[in-house]
Amino acid sequence: MKVKPGLLILAILAAATAFVYAGRPDKALSVLSVSKDYLLEMVSILPPILVLCGLFDAWVSKQTIERLMGEASGAKGALIALLLGTAAMGPLYAAFPIAKALLEKGASLYNVAVFLCVWASIKIPMILFEVKFLGAEFALLRLALTIPAIFLISGVMKLVDARSVSYEAK
Amino acid sequence: MFTAVIWGIAGAGLLLSWAKSREKTRAALRFARRAFLSLAPSVLAIIWTIGFILTFLPSGLVLTTIGRDAGVLGVIMAAAFGSVVLIPAFIAFPLAASFLRQGADVRAIAAFVTTLVMVGVITAPLEAKFFGRKFVLWRNSLSFVFALAIAFVMGVFLR
Repeated sequence: MKVKPGLLILAILAAATAFVYAGRPDKALSVLSVSKDYLLEMVSILPPILVLCGLFDAWVSKQTIERLMGEASGAKGALIALLLGTAAMGPLYAAFPIAKALLEKGASLYNVAVFLCVWASIKIPMILFEVKFLGAEFALLRLALTIPAIFLISGVMKLVDARSVSYEAK
Repeated sequence: MFTAVIWGIAGAGLLLSWAKSREKTRAALRFARRAFLSLAPSVLAIIWTIGFILTFLPSGLVLTTIGRDAGVLGVIMAAAFGSVVLIPAFIAFPLAASFLRQGADVRAIAAFVTTLVMVGVITAPLEAKFFGRKFVLWRNSLSFVFALAIAFVMGVFLR
């Protein structure tokens, strides 16, 4: 039987908590009560966000995304890259193959860099989490600064033509 | 309040989707259930770990490392930490919030959150496979520098 790493870690944590409880029951109870608070917050907010992710996944096809990005260029392409990266789900490494496909289909390096950075940093569900935990002021200010930073990063990458080595390496 | 709004949006989206296509709505719910089940053990594990960290980590240590008196060095350390670790942002936010409550520098927290999502040292080899080393080097180092810049500008507004 294959043991899932998450479950293994849970078993270790349970054992560690029991071990702490044997020596310092108050500390163990504190661990559990802090965890319980976070768990309740997570459970109250995770399901609707996952439902929204599911709706996005069901209604927006990968082909649509690739078509729009591949054909688009200029400010419109960058805007599409921005919007797509925002709406996309999944970790950054899930974006690598998509961004690579966009690059090979003729999307500009600038747009692909914008797409990757936005995918990494600006996701609507993540912004919702950030507002919830760090406050609207913090989250929105960080967002307002991140967007121009992404355009600057992508602009510098275009300037230094960060793509060349990748093509030589092929 | 926030929680009610997000449940409301998800509910409205589901109703709209259901009216247009039962099949796609079912697919969306399947996606959500699958995502929840696959996330649940690691979310639970990380929350439990946060419980340990907050119980045993003396807040004095947080304060001296990334507190307001730690200054620029604390901000850079937080940014470096965010570049190296791989934790989902939605789990990092509650942890960051508790550090903030314990007196961490808002700039350090902003730097940590920004590099956490934008800079990936662990995923860099994978990224290089797709885009080449030059691309990865530029994207990650520029992101690191801009994360620091974002953090310092936020420090001006939020303190």
